[in-house]
Amino acid sequence: MNRAASLAFVVLLVSLPLWMDNLYFLHVLIVAGIFIVAAMSLNLLLGFTGQLSLGHVAFFGIGAYASSLCSLGFEIHVWGDTTVSLAPKPVWLSMLIAIVVAGLCGYMIGKISFKVRGAYFVIVSVSFAEVTRLVALNWIELTQGPMALNNIPVLKLWAPGIGSIDIIGKVPNYYLVLAVAIFTYVIIRRLVYSQAGRAMIALRENEPLATSVGIDVTRFLVLATVVSAALAGLAGAVYAHYVRIVDPDVFLFIYTVTMVIMVVTGGKGTLAGPIVGGLIFGILPEVLRGFQVIPEVQWVVYGVLMILIVYFLPEGIVPAVRAAWRRRLDRPGAPPTRPAVAAEAKP
Amino acid sequence: MRAAASTSTPAAPAPGAASVAPAADAPVALAVTGLSIRFGGLTAVQDMTFEVREGEVLSLIGPNGAGKTSAFNAITGYLQASSGEIVYRGVSLRGLKPNQIAAHGVVRTFQKTSVFGGLTVLDNVLVGLHRRARQHPLAIMLGLPSIRRDEVRLREAAWEVLRLIGLEARAGETAVSLPYGELRLLEVAVALAAEPTLLLLDEPAAGMNPAETGAFMALLGRIRARGVTVLLVEHDMKMVMGVSDRIVCLNQGRIIADGPPAAIQRDPQVIRAYLGERYVRAQG
Amino acid sequence: MDQLLQHALNAMILGGTYALLGIGLTLIFGIMRVVNFTHGELYAFGAYMMYMWVMLIGANFVLSIVLAVALGVVLGAAIEIVLLRRLRGADIDTTMLVMIGAWIAIQNTEQLVWSGVAKSINSPFPSAPLVVGAISVSWTRLFVFAVAVLLIAATYALIQWTRLGKAMRATFQDREAAALMGVRIDTVHTATFALGSGLAAAAGALLGPVFVVYPTIGDLASLKAFAIVILGGLGSIPGATIGGFILAFMEELGAGYISSGYRDAMGFLLIILILLVKPTGLFARKERIG
Repeated sequence: MNRAASLAFVVLLVSLPLWMDNLYFLHVLIVAGIFIVAAMSLNLLLGFTGQLSLGHVAFFGIGAYASSLCSLGFEIHVWGDTTVSLAPKPVWLSMLIAIVVAGLCGYMIGKISFKVRGAYFVIVSVSFAEVTRLVALNWIELTQGPMALNNIPVLKLWAPGIGSIDIIGKVPNYYLVLAVAIFTYVIIRRLVYSQAGRAMIALRENEPLATSVGIDVTRFLVLATVVSAALAGLAGAVYAHYVRIVDPDVFLFIYTVTMVIMVVTGGKGTLAGPIVGGLIFGILPEVLRGFQVIPEVQWVVYGVLMILIVYFLPEGIVPAVRAAWRRRLDRPGAPPTRPAVAAEAKP
Repeated sequence: MRAAASTSTPAAPAPGAASVAPAADAPVALAVTGLSIRFGGLTAVQDMTFEVREGEVLSLIGPNGAGKTSAFNAITGYLQASSGEIVYRGVSLRGLKPNQIAAHGVVRTFQKTSVFGGLTVLDNVLVGLHRRARQHPLAIMLGLPSIRRDEVRLREAAWEVLRLIGLEARAGETAVSLPYGELRLLEVAVALAAEPTLLLLDEPAAGMNPAETGAFMALLGRIRARGVTVLLVEHDMKMVMGVSDRIVCLNQGRIIADGPPAAIQRDPQVIRAYLGERYVRAQG
Repeated sequence: MDQLLQHALNAMILGGTYALLGIGLTLIFGIMRVVNFTHGELYAFGAYMMYMWVMLIGANFVLSIVLAVALGVVLGAAIEIVLLRRLRGADIDTTMLVMIGAWIAIQNTEQLVWSGVAKSINSPFPSAPLVVGAISVSWTRLFVFAVAVLLIAATYALIQWTRLGKAMRATFQDREAAALMGVRIDTVHTATFALGSGLAAAAGALLGPVFVVYPTIGDLASLKAFAIVILGGLGSIPGATIGGFILAFMEELGAGYISSGYRDAMGFLLIILILLVKPTGLFARKERIG
């Protein structure tokens, strides 16, 4: 059933531009899709390793800026008369560079902050995002600061038989985002169903026991951070070449919050969770806008929803639906499908 | 069915347990020398020296607070020793992290029940097999066929461990849904999956009923038959006397006796400090 | 040299309010184990209340501060009773998510009520600064510093010498033991959150007239409070006091000698440095990791 449903979902998404000619709705889906990619990457950290990263937007923004700057080229003064310059690079290469740069940032942050965890990690991640925003705002020679990077070139792809295609406008970008989302999903799924994924989940469930069987905490937390950061960077790069203008607001904390809400609502630690949560919170603003709701009210609604979900649906939608489904299949006396708390260990 | 098979021989010495005691001149596996552990002003372990020989089952006994668990934590890297040396097969373990110590083949269980509660029994064992996995992160993300082969191999190994422990019928169940006795078996399964050459068991039989304890003693026999050296902390004297080749008795952080079970039972100091009423009661 | 002295003086004055902010947050974390993301919103609330009383109602300046702090205490108590009480015993991530939700809701409500336009608050003190040699300082800032020091001293006194303070310290040491000894944990939690919120509101009410007030000032206040608390060690009150002054000095010197654009980045650089050198902060109690 699961496989058939996923296939039907993908067919629906692939065929959507063929029967949906509302370009504004496509735009909404494109933006939602980009956020879903970011949310999926966040879920790897938040859901599978259990580390609450509140600086995730930093990697998204770094990806957006890195890809834009590489494709536009730049020249900066480093020291005295020494300058560093980069000629404009093709967009596909810029996007690859963005992935690598975001991944490297993830590596550094992981190495620094996993010495300590829990509350410290959360605060470090918030601080990191804020520092990147201030750098984007103040390093005007590189980033244009609040004036924003404009006229970012679009991605060109080559397909055999068709030739060169510009990824510009709604339909091509829709398919690009869809492809990136499927790619992200596959990468995360492969990780989760491997020994690396089991090690990450084991650290979330019971860290002392995990280390006792030889799992290196830092290694797997850093691996999760690097992959997560690189994928968020990819999402940022796609975003930059879609909207073609990037300013320091891409680092706003509220975007991290949006990603966290998507993951928590859908179900952290499930593969489908961020997709479900992402679709809900990607489309909800448009619904609210339809009711003439101003943005402040929308955010108030988000905040209240987040509190209500933590109180009443702490596991998220996907696990709740799955549990309900299982209860229908094998009542009576179905066992609890998920433990409320993991067995704890303190040596 | 599986449970019936193993509990049919309650309390009887497990096959291959005490009967195949290793030669007294077997090489030393673990050497603990002058180990002291202090928390602030409190001394948990003082100047502890003992050796575990290859292939033997050595029990650490002593009243609560004698420093047994502290010594365990120091050996496995969960606690920093204040002074002393811990050497396993010629390698010093002091200052290593728990996962590095596990890589040297020294694996422990925990006193308080400790499993990966949200995972299935099979997944618990798969996590335990971590050291046997050959999966590079890049290969995983590229979806190389070697990963699928490795997963198949790990699953076979996991089923083998489950069969050894007798939990194969529970493979698909979530760990937290297991009854207590099986939960404690699962802990040993996870530790065994990590391929220990020295297995440290911290009160594995605590809270078990006599039938479960008997099954556990039989399991210990199967474990040592695979050549695993065992260091055991346990309060159940019937079990300690039944499975141990040698017993080290601690009191207030110091070793007061070291010898085979028969000698320990006769040792006046041990009887005074610890065994006395408890052992008499167990015998009665 | 004069310039350095001027920066040092500015830093001392700013440090007082930073310390207030940090003490409030560290109390809440130490006693309740809650990473309080609404802390900055209480700061903003204090500033807006100050604006309301002084500029809209025309109340006396000092009385307005008292009222702003009192309302902060009430709002803090309300947040604890409505949102946090039912989460007692939940893990730290769960409470964190709830506090983030509350933060967003409060901040945007503030934006709805007061609009996004920045507000300034008049102070009754003479606008000509006090000049000593080459150093000058405004009377408002001196007043702000004096009140901040007074409030810090009052907080220390409350924690050292009152029954409530004893109960708070007992809970801080060992919650279970305190509960067994008859300490009413619910009351301690509500009082702690109210006190911490009151201190944040006080910081906002004091700095409101010095700077301008706008809806998102709370974000930076929260982040600075986090920096201060990490610097001093989570849960350490002396650490938060000294941390507040250290952060203020770093910001002043950073703004003065590097670039004013990076003034607000100093705190975060400080966090990263601290974590590299001494992860538990300067005055930490032992924090169990993992």
